[in-house]
Amino acid sequence: MSWREKLRHVNWSLVLFINGLGLVSVTALVSAADGNIEPWAGRQAMRFMVSVVMMLTVAVVDIRFWMRGAYVLYAICLVLLVVVDAHGTVGMGAQRWIDLCFIQIQPSEIMKVALTLSLARYFHGRSLEEIAKPIYLILPIIIVLLPVGLVLKQPDLGTAMMLLMVSSTLFFLAGARLWQFSVVLVTSITLVPVTWPFLHDYQRKRILTFLHPETDPLGAGYHILQSKIALGSGGLFGKGFGKGTQSHLNFLPEKQTDFIFTMWAEEQGMVGGLALLFLYTIVIALSYTLALRSRNQFGRLLGLGLTTTFFLYVFSNAAMVMGLIPVVGIPLPLLSYGGTAMMTVMFGFGLLLSIDIHRDVQMSRHCPYLRDLFKTLS
Amino acid sequence: MHGDPDRTRVLSRRMMILGLGQVGLLGALIARLYSLQVLESDRYRLLSDENRFSTRLLAPPRGRILDRFGVPLAINIPNFVIQVISERAENMEKTLDTLTRLLPLTHQDCQRIRREIERRRSFVPVMVRENLSWEEMVRIQVNFPDLSGVVIEQGFTRFYPLYELGAHVLGYVAAVAEEDQTGDRLLELPGFRVGKAGTERLHDLALRGRGGTYTVEVNAVGRIVKEVDWHEGEAGSDVHLTLDVRLQQFAAERLGLESAAVVVMDIVTGEVFVLVSTPSFDPNRFSRGLSATEWKDLMAHPQAPLTNKAVAGQYAPGSTFKMIVALAALEAGVVTPEVRIHCFGSLSLGNARFHCWKSGGHGTMDLVLGLQHSCDVYFYEVARRVGIDRIAKMARRFGLGARLGFDLPGEQNGLVPERTWKMQVMKEPWQLGETLVAGIGQGFTLATPLQLCTMVARIANGRAQVRPRLSLAPVTKGVRRPEKFEPLGVQPKNIAVVRQGMYAVSNVPGGTAYRARLNQPGLVMSGKTGTSQVRRVTQRERASGVRKNQNLPWEQRDHALFVAYAPENAPRYAMVVIVEHGCSGSKAAAPVARDIMREVLKLDPARFSTAIVRSTNH
Repeated sequence: MSWREKLRHVNWSLVLFINGLGLVSVTALVSAADGNIEPWAGRQAMRFMVSVVMMLTVAVVDIRFWMRGAYVLYAICLVLLVVVDAHGTVGMGAQRWIDLCFIQIQPSEIMKVALTLSLARYFHGRSLEEIAKPIYLILPIIIVLLPVGLVLKQPDLGTAMMLLMVSSTLFFLAGARLWQFSVVLVTSITLVPVTWPFLHDYQRKRILTFLHPETDPLGAGYHILQSKIALGSGGLFGKGFGKGTQSHLNFLPEKQTDFIFTMWAEEQGMVGGLALLFLYTIVIALSYTLALRSRNQFGRLLGLGLTTTFFLYVFSNAAMVMGLIPVVGIPLPLLSYGGTAMMTVMFGFGLLLSIDIHRDVQMSRHCPYLRDLFKTLS
Repeated sequence: MHGDPDRTRVLSRRMMILGLGQVGLLGALIARLYSLQVLESDRYRLLSDENRFSTRLLAPPRGRILDRFGVPLAINIPNFVIQVISERAENMEKTLDTLTRLLPLTHQDCQRIRREIERRRSFVPVMVRENLSWEEMVRIQVNFPDLSGVVIEQGFTRFYPLYELGAHVLGYVAAVAEEDQTGDRLLELPGFRVGKAGTERLHDLALRGRGGTYTVEVNAVGRIVKEVDWHEGEAGSDVHLTLDVRLQQFAAERLGLESAAVVVMDIVTGEVFVLVSTPSFDPNRFSRGLSATEWKDLMAHPQAPLTNKAVAGQYAPGSTFKMIVALAALEAGVVTPEVRIHCFGSLSLGNARFHCWKSGGHGTMDLVLGLQHSCDVYFYEVARRVGIDRIAKMARRFGLGARLGFDLPGEQNGLVPERTWKMQVMKEPWQLGETLVAGIGQGFTLATPLQLCTMVARIANGRAQVRPRLSLAPVTKGVRRPEKFEPLGVQPKNIAVVRQGMYAVSNVPGGTAYRARLNQPGLVMSGKTGTSQVRRVTQRERASGVRKNQNLPWEQRDHALFVAYAPENAPRYAMVVIVEHGCSGSKAAAPVARDIMREVLKLDPARFSTAIVRSTNH
């Protein structure tokens, strides 16, 4: 297939709904800046357009290319995470950014895709019987724990949790046995008291505040409380575009990033909030359909993993601003202002589109290096 | 598919489970959204408004109190208040420590400040101290770098430019006490003052005005974003008193250090020109805030500076009551002006003897002579003939025995005894001897200086039951219309006889106040002296015999009274002077009355009563 042909095969309805989300984002950011394009909406629109082009570019690239490059990308991300650890820029109270002069990148964001790619590739090559044996799970667990450890060290609790959840989903879909999950779960729970002293003060505080929000109405609990007030006061039909008092009088923190959903639902009401959630639901449902349509395990696992990541992002952010889970500092994908996050998400959608376009390609089951490795082991 | 259908089946099944889980989570989000935005929406809307709006009260300027010519008696002057705003302080404890070194703050002050800081939101100013002196201001200014969170605001303090003069009429303002709270939100303003006595208390609502509100939208840190609403309050309205400050001042100075009271009023309109009670107090100390010891000193003072003796002091009227007895008898027809009674110095009734103040006796007296010499025996006999109930009735008609509805708080009833009263209160029948004692204004009878002044005003007026008033009647069509009073209902010829007697007291040689006559061509003052025995001493004296006043301790000596009106040919002013424990009405009270009356006639404030008085509202 030529790339023109491939473009014809792109699932344009998914692209359409993604563009719908982009439109909501720009609208919300205009409101966040009291009706101004500056400083957020214009830049976000530019980035969005660039991202759409990038997404389509990724989509027409053969999926096997991404499969082959999975471990390489993973390795690069791992190195970047180490670099960030050593000389990252301090932002938001944690070392997360790497400054490459022209662009600031957040390796932990790209790692989400890279990790999903790597795990999908690994499980693509394993049969159900192999997965049942713990020995075949050691390598993927290492693949997961290395970046999780580095991200936690930054410290970025939210991203670490996200990486763990996506990985578990992939293990689950690949066919890992439930008793294996139980073992991991029990081990983690016993590890909690051990890791507690290593958590940062603000992380401990966030967890404790979530459990007892009334203890600290002006501190960490303040954000959740103000977000709930904003949502509740919005009511069924909202306060109107640009009229969200909670957002515009700065009672709401970070309205252009983490709390953008709150601002949207304060101004547009429950009707607007539900419409936005509905838009997300369509995008997620479409993505799952595309993933399941793939005729190879790699495409399915990758597609499902990416979609699950997207879902977890949307859910965690919405649940956080509604006070259902602790404040974890996770942006709302495609809506929150921010470059890296958007690039990552669009890269993911590009991969999804690519999976769909290449759903019928033949794919080798085995990675020659790994096959040799396992042979020597057994 | 590469021949691994099992793997695909497991994945599809597990994907189904995952999908269901995600649908469940989505449902949870929707449910939560519904609960927040629909079920609890009202509560959150309220919280959002509470966040957003901050309504502040604007204290209206308190109305001024002016005398009849617009001379200010109570005004507002700027006052520097030092406040702390905890939000702006780097370290509140440090700031408070520094403040304690710079200002004399007591331990209680500090505790109150800390309590308020804790109770209020961090951007609400908390008052540290008011009425900073210039020196204190400078000290604060110099140390400003160490005083983060401190702000100096300008407020207003009530100021009485005449200090002690007229304090009893004006009263004072003080901090709002718990029991003053009426629901008016103004009263909750920090540092707000309400009238606690006198005119300040009586007209408090009018003077207070109505608070404005000022609603602002504030952002998360409490900074004002925009003004939403501004309701200008109403400034308190000025109160115009009938007083003439010049006369008030003259009277107060004339009384000097005596414990005394003076009232001067217009016998036509009832307007009170002078109302003095000495010793006085400085109401400015109250607006500043009185310390506990200052308060105790004022309360314990033997001459009761806080009591307005003119309206709240009750005295036996003594001989000033004889006009009432005479009028009762004349109206009842039991005596005529010509009836003569011989005074031997005492009168016997059964086993008791009733003494005249002149032990040798006055000889033969008619009514005018009886008044002129204030012959007790004459009035014992007249009282005996007319009976107590008719005397009481006449006394009431002349304003005694009940509150006059005067516009000052704390007015007392006085007491006019009669048969039924004694039966009710003392459960004993009335004795004829008590009628005789009442005939010279002693015994149970009590009157306030204001009542005695009113009594004289009605005698001088002769037609109407004039009532005293302290606030100027409103101006209608450029004219201050005098109040309409009930008719007096006493025959003019009887009034004329009594006035003839009062004329003789002050103007005919031998009259008890002849020596204190108003020696002024064309201006004649008529009056009546009174010497009222302090009641508990009276009872003791009955048992132990006569003791000379000068030998008694101050607080047991007789009160000196003088009532007067002038000018005789066309009366306009009525006056009462009471000098507590002044021993003798003719020696202690009459000269004071003469001097004040001379000044009153000279300034003649009543000239302006019905004329246009320009309102000096601004």
